[in-house]
Amino acid sequence: MSVVSADAAPPAEQALHRRLGLTDDELDAIHERLGRTANDLELAMFSVMWSEHCSYKSSRPLLGSLPTDGADVLAGPGEQAGVVKIGDGLAVCFKIESHNHPSAVEPYQGAATGVGGILRDVVAMGARPVALLDALKFGDPHDDGVRRLVRGVVRGVGGYGNCVGVPTVGGELTFHPSYRLNPLVNAMCVGIVEQDRLARSAASGIGNLAVLYGSATGRDGIGGASVLASASFDERSSQMRPSVQIGDPFAGKLLIEASLELVGRQLVEGLQDLGAAGLTCAASEMADRGGVGLRIELSAVPRREEGMAPFEVMISESQERMLAIVRPERLHEVLEVCRRWGLPAAVVGEVTGDGDVTIVDQGREIARLPAPALASEAPVIPRRAEPPARKRAAPAPGVPELAHDGLPERGMDPGAVLDALLGHPNIGSRRWVTDQYDSTVGSDTLADGGQAAAVLRIKGSRQAIVMATDSRPGLALLDPALAAAMAVAECARNVAVTGARPLGLTNCLNFGDPGDPHAYWQLVESVRGMGEACRALGFPVTGGNVSLYNESDQAGRIAPTAQVGIVGLLDDVELLVGPAFARPGDAVLLLGEPGPGLAGSAYEQLAGAAPDDRPPTLDLVAERALHDVLRRAAGARLLRSAHDVSSGGLAVALAEAAIWGGLGAELSLPVGLPPAVVLFGESPGRVVVTVEAARWRDLCALAAEHGVACRRLGTVGGDRLRVRLAGDGATGAAEERGAGVADEVDRSLEDMRRVWQQALPRALGEAA
Amino acid sequence: MRVGVVVFPGSNCDRDALHAARLAGAEAELLWHEQTDLGGADALILPGGFAHGDYLRTGAIARFSPIMGALRDHAERGGLVLGICNGFQVLTEAGLLPGALLRNASLRFEHGWVQVEVAREGTPFTRNLAVGTRLRMPIAHGEGRYYLPQEQLEQLESHDRVCFRYAPGSNRNGSLNDICGIVNDAGNVCGLMPHPERASEALLGSDDGMLLLRSMVESAAGSGAVAA
Repeated sequence: MSVVSADAAPPAEQALHRRLGLTDDELDAIHERLGRTANDLELAMFSVMWSEHCSYKSSRPLLGSLPTDGADVLAGPGEQAGVVKIGDGLAVCFKIESHNHPSAVEPYQGAATGVGGILRDVVAMGARPVALLDALKFGDPHDDGVRRLVRGVVRGVGGYGNCVGVPTVGGELTFHPSYRLNPLVNAMCVGIVEQDRLARSAASGIGNLAVLYGSATGRDGIGGASVLASASFDERSSQMRPSVQIGDPFAGKLLIEASLELVGRQLVEGLQDLGAAGLTCAASEMADRGGVGLRIELSAVPRREEGMAPFEVMISESQERMLAIVRPERLHEVLEVCRRWGLPAAVVGEVTGDGDVTIVDQGREIARLPAPALASEAPVIPRRAEPPARKRAAPAPGVPELAHDGLPERGMDPGAVLDALLGHPNIGSRRWVTDQYDSTVGSDTLADGGQAAAVLRIKGSRQAIVMATDSRPGLALLDPALAAAMAVAECARNVAVTGARPLGLTNCLNFGDPGDPHAYWQLVESVRGMGEACRALGFPVTGGNVSLYNESDQAGRIAPTAQVGIVGLLDDVELLVGPAFARPGDAVLLLGEPGPGLAGSAYEQLAGAAPDDRPPTLDLVAERALHDVLRRAAGARLLRSAHDVSSGGLAVALAEAAIWGGLGAELSLPVGLPPAVVLFGESPGRVVVTVEAARWRDLCALAAEHGVACRRLGTVGGDRLRVRLAGDGATGAAEERGAGVADEVDRSLEDMRRVWQQALPRALGEAA
Repeated sequence: MRVGVVVFPGSNCDRDALHAARLAGAEAELLWHEQTDLGGADALILPGGFAHGDYLRTGAIARFSPIMGALRDHAERGGLVLGICNGFQVLTEAGLLPGALLRNASLRFEHGWVQVEVAREGTPFTRNLAVGTRLRMPIAHGEGRYYLPQEQLEQLESHDRVCFRYAPGSNRNGSLNDICGIVNDAGNVCGLMPHPERASEALLGSDDGMLLLRSMVESAAGSGAVAA
């Protein structure tokens, strides 16, 4: 049997296992586990299951350090998606997953199938998908190649989500040069499931049948996991196009409905979607989880093309397929449901007691592998982590930590800097993207992520779920642990500002080649930072995905990207707090205090890095206290609005709250040196809130109970944002030093809105 | 008073339409496209979505669904039919409404909240709505550019069959004459690109769509009074 066709084969002298991406050590490990040599089909199955993508062989030991326990957690890491109870017999199910390399090779299909895949993970748990979020990362938007990727990926995300009728309610769009050839497409799906309808992904019941339903199996996506996702790649990667799966959202929609009907009527004993490594993965993981075996009859698998070799059938990543374990007496009903939804379905095997995945072709046994050897007992590769050499020397003893003389702000007009930040493609309006996504289908969307967190009500209850996703790749280049913790804190803050409580976190870890000690160190540090932040803020990690080898010879390694997604619960939708200024006359307050450090900020990108600057620090205890204040204030109906200070700093947060509310504000802000720290610094733990004028002291009193700083900045009203600067960093002081710094920000809403709205179309060359 | 919401494979606003019809005071149920009867429904909604994946052409396959015969009979008897978004596309493909919905002028899927202006009052769908009333609803479509040849367009206008237009600044797909909703000559079959069923509660950003849906429910009930 030839596993790799002759014309695609690398030099013939390469041994088969190497051509499949297995190392010599792994071949030895296979033979040791089997006690015999593996045949070619078995090697192909091991190669996909032991790929980085499926086995997490480099990351598994690290992920074990994350906090996963929670009283309300019904399913955690290792399941197809995390599940957390929300009361009234309901649970929320969510996960984020990458589809980076397929999107680099074929942006539309790569992104579309990324969405399709994450939808199926949630459906496989028995949950109805209710929301999608997409975190996208690209290179410089002025680059033609990057623009092509942006257009294709955005169309692909919309093409799938819009068609299946699951609203795309949020996400992230970040441009950083390191993503030029290796964009990141991280898709998150959130679903709702009745607790007692939670589907199991384990095979059980000897003699039960394995039913494969959904699209027929073809040659698309052969080796997607092992070829595309588990190696770095280059500009010739378009040759890998046959490894990219092709999505059919219509079939995906039918698959969702049929699956939910099967689960809802309790017709299936176990369910798993076919994603990476196709039938091999579904069969071995289901058997392994259930401690049973599965015997698969290959000739029974519905195919869309003739002459497929057994290994092609076993590792094909054709989309929109599910494997269900069915009791024989329910088979008739299962097939009838599939027929009604127009989905091919076939009994392809049965559950056995021997613990093996056995592949049979027309009665002849052609492979027999212990399920654990393929799945949970896949080897772990010890990797070496080594921090990069420090680029800057630590400050000498006795020298102040931040000694620089406000270098970038010499001659700065803070209003002009604000304009530049609002017009920055990483900060300006995301409407160019979100207009292409259906965010209102389902009639549950209370807020789409165009502003901050996305909020969905739950029909028939007072509850709402709140979702956000964040990452800090620019900062991660300087300090990956800090950046991961910052991403967690920011994401949780985005949930907390609405008044909601985070239920759990899902993560997508996008890193470089784990064989490189520096890249591996970035991963190790990020996991450490993420775990610390989750423990300190008090919510579990419920699952996620790891994507390694995100690098290319031409464009280097991506900025380490720990993308986190949090789902929170708001007990009473009436208490929802929005981010926009709400009423003239309301008091504007800042909760939390600014800290020094501009490194890694959007301001630093514009103004240049001061040689001795560093990133801001993160105080997780203060962060948690802030979130507590926000929830208590929301519960007491104190807040008219609350908006997190993040990218672009306080000035941008104020401008956004003004633009979204269509209301200006008259404010006064004490600034030290350099003034940019207060105005544009991105230190965490700060939120701009508005409160009815007569009640602002109540908020400050509440904040004081938790030790959170609370300062009144001024009043909502008018059609301009005016921020007068006072203190050492303002004009008087600065002029004495000859810096000539302007003493206020004064911008009309209209001007700010125009700059903000045009940011993205302009950067992408699509401005009207 | 019963509203039937037709479900084609690929419909995705069916549950939204069901929810909104119930809020409008109707009993409502889903009708599978393979049915050949309407299960006693007094009025029908063809919901949005991608019936049969919109493969071939939007609505082109759905019009051959078994339920379409009963739907046609219902319409001929004067029964109310409201096609929303993909449902509008199906009604034009089925010849129950004139014109066609072409690819948006932007060549992109367009989603967003728009202002819709009532252009004709007194139809079963605009019973309590004065001409010029503005309704805030979402649009969500890739093929929503209403088109028909000039001569037919003039006829449509002169017969006063345009019941909804995009307000200035809201025509994002390039529809002729800003048309977003029309009725047939008898006035009992209506096609509409925006989504009234998603503007069903103030919580969601608008409940303006309920004015239209309540009008339909009241008209089908034959009187202003509908049991909630």
